[in-house]
Amino acid sequence: MDLGHAIIGAFGLVLSGDPDLTEIIGLSLSVTLSAVIAACVIGLPLGAAVGAFRFPGRTVCAVILNAFMGLPPVVVGLVVYLMLSASGPLGVLGLLYTPTAMVIAQTILVTPIVAALTRQVVEDLNAEYAEQFASLGVSPLARAGALLWDGRYSLLTVALAGFGRAIAEVGAVIIVGGNINHVTRVMTTTIALETSKGNLELALALGVVLLTIALIVNAMVMAVRALAARAAYA
Amino acid sequence: MIRRHFMALAAAGALALGLAGTAVTAQAEDFIVVQSTTSTQNSGLFDHILPIFTEKTGIEVRVVAVGTGQAIKNAANGDGDVLFVHAKPAEEKFVADGDGVERFDVMYNDFVIVGPPADPAGVAGSSDVVDALGKIAEAEAPFASRGDDSGTHKAELALWKEAGVDVSSASGGWYRETGSGMGATLNTGTAMGAYIMTDRATWISFGNKGDYQIAVEGDPKMFNQYGIMLVNPEKHPNVKADLGQTFVDWVISPEGQEAIAAYKVDGQALFFPNAQAD
Repeated sequence: MDLGHAIIGAFGLVLSGDPDLTEIIGLSLSVTLSAVIAACVIGLPLGAAVGAFRFPGRTVCAVILNAFMGLPPVVVGLVVYLMLSASGPLGVLGLLYTPTAMVIAQTILVTPIVAALTRQVVEDLNAEYAEQFASLGVSPLARAGALLWDGRYSLLTVALAGFGRAIAEVGAVIIVGGNINHVTRVMTTTIALETSKGNLELALALGVVLLTIALIVNAMVMAVRALAARAAYA
Repeated sequence: MIRRHFMALAAAGALALGLAGTAVTAQAEDFIVVQSTTSTQNSGLFDHILPIFTEKTGIEVRVVAVGTGQAIKNAANGDGDVLFVHAKPAEEKFVADGDGVERFDVMYNDFVIVGPPADPAGVAGSSDVVDALGKIAEAEAPFASRGDDSGTHKAELALWKEAGVDVSSASGGWYRETGSGMGATLNTGTAMGAYIMTDRATWISFGNKGDYQIAVEGDPKMFNQYGIMLVNPEKHPNVKADLGQTFVDWVISPEGQEAIAAYKVDGQALFFPNAQAD
């Protein structure tokens, strides 16, 4: 049992076109991408606001955002479980053990990453543009927007950092999703399950598949970035 | 430029909502959630019996497989329609607390103690578990415990008590609590040459046995009974009582019992049905 076998095993798994595996990969991607997009919708404006605006407690906000990048997934999973549990405050929604619950948990994990890194990007750019903004009398809202737009390539990497956290995460999704076959089973929970069955080779092969998916997503984003950059100069 | 930015943001927002929408896979109308234990899932029993049930009734069964302790807590929160675990005293308390309706015996198998071929405590071949545990403690041979309040963990602690060994004082020494599921504990325990108590079903279907063998088996004290019960709809109104009861009734029916008996790994039956026919 070594990495070479696992890589061969991974190819075998992918080439077999196993419908269960396709379903699991599909769910992994849809849950993670939904969470990353939701985290960007919340985190980009939040990070830009903390990075570009002056207000009391701004440093405290930045420290909190940075600290929350280290949120333990199991704790987030537990809190979301307690909220969505039938005896919890949001139990009536019936979201526990659904992919939506997994998206919620991952959004909570990823948002601080997006917000904290965005704040840094925007703050650095803001320092660079400060005089220009002042001379043009740009409104704060427009300023935040302009900084986000000009930092878009760095922010793409920020989104990828969030994607990396979410796609690799198992602690939160296994609690709120329950790892239910054909409903909430994703790549990471499958790997955990196969490891617990002692099927280490299969687990490792699935790990290679997961890594490959992450590689493809990153390559695609980088390709889009390169195309966009070229178009901008054309 | 700025307008473009806001357009992009709006588009991203719309996309997020759309994706979140598609992430909620088509919810089948007729499904139940069963809070169960890792041994039934990891052994492959559910993969064998659930399709038979679903084909007959059209009811989809969604299994959350965790340790018995956690399964009971989840069910007591109302997060499940049926509880299917193996810790009879805890199950009876669950019913007595009003969280469950009526508990039924379903099936049994037994616990075994697996150990390394070197057998440092000299217990291989024993069928007296209390004596064997005493020897392990005396030899201070490594013993890996689940340590997770699961059915297996509860059973193991009861046997230690009977052997008169205070394992809590040895914790961190020769007695090692992994705080994990059966499979994870087997992975950890076999890697450190420890004795491990496991249910036979998980052991037979476990894929990473290495050179480990069953050291202690056949003691009636290692009997492992599984029970099933509907979560009480009077206490937890969200429980799908009709669908859940259909599943409970089927599992203890002759047909369900036959399906359990028919499940074999390497020619060995893993669970022995023993529901009381009414």
